[in-house]
Amino acid sequence: MNQPLAREDRDDVVEIRIPCKAEWVALARLSVAAVASRLQFSIDEIEDIKLAVAEACTSVIQNAKGSTSIEIRCEAANGGLRVNVHDFGYDAHAEPIRARDIEEERVGGLGVFLIRSLMDDVSYDMHPERGTDLVMFKRLLV
Amino acid sequence: MDIKVNVREAQGDCYVVDLGGEIDVYTSPKVKDAISELIDRGVYHLVINLEKVRYIDSTGLGVLIGGLKRVREHGGSVNLVCTNAQIRKIFDITGLVKIFGIFESEDAAMKALV
Repeated sequence: MNQPLAREDRDDVVEIRIPCKAEWVALARLSVAAVASRLQFSIDEIEDIKLAVAEACTSVIQNAKGSTSIEIRCEAANGGLRVNVHDFGYDAHAEPIRARDIEEERVGGLGVFLIRSLMDDVSYDMHPERGTDLVMFKRLLV
Repeated sequence: MDIKVNVREAQGDCYVVDLGGEIDVYTSPKVKDAISELIDRGVYHLVINLEKVRYIDSTGLGVLIGGLKRVREHGGSVNLVCTNAQIRKIFDITGLVKIFGIFESEDAAMKALV
């Protein structure tokens, strides 16, 4: 169970879909943590990935209008773990500009800041008709 | 997933909020309610003990920031007790170490309040 993955196994993909509700975010982060553990990330790196994925899901729940579920796709690729958090909302969760009070603005900004700080690469792909992909990558240091 | 919140009176007009478990988008409202209730009662000097917190995200940080802002309006303060390296790291990278007093023990956090 704890053997390092063989090279040919590194194309494996794990996908989960959770309801777009706060009570399911823990399942998403723990599932991704299990994948990261399987890929031999360190404990600190697993915690980074957990938090980044949770922040992405939280952003969807708080900002993506019309999305009833969130898809999380984990893929071992390019010497690391790529996680795609996809929502089905018509209002992209990467969109930061709307009326908020100072506290909300600070918190929203913190989530995005944390994702960018904890992961090695982060990108958004927004599709008005089919939602948003937030793709993040964590390099596996061996 | 769980969150434990315990509020207890300490010396002077200070209160300690003991938190345990995971603070995220689902559980942070419970933390916010506990802190808000204290502030609504006129308690403006708080120590929030995070020693038993295993996980915190931006919504948890937001609750702490919101509490700090409210007590500062009344000349109060919030000090944190944090011994978990991963959680301390979150405060470091977000720069929140500059606005919260963060201590290794409850005694130190309490002494620094006044």
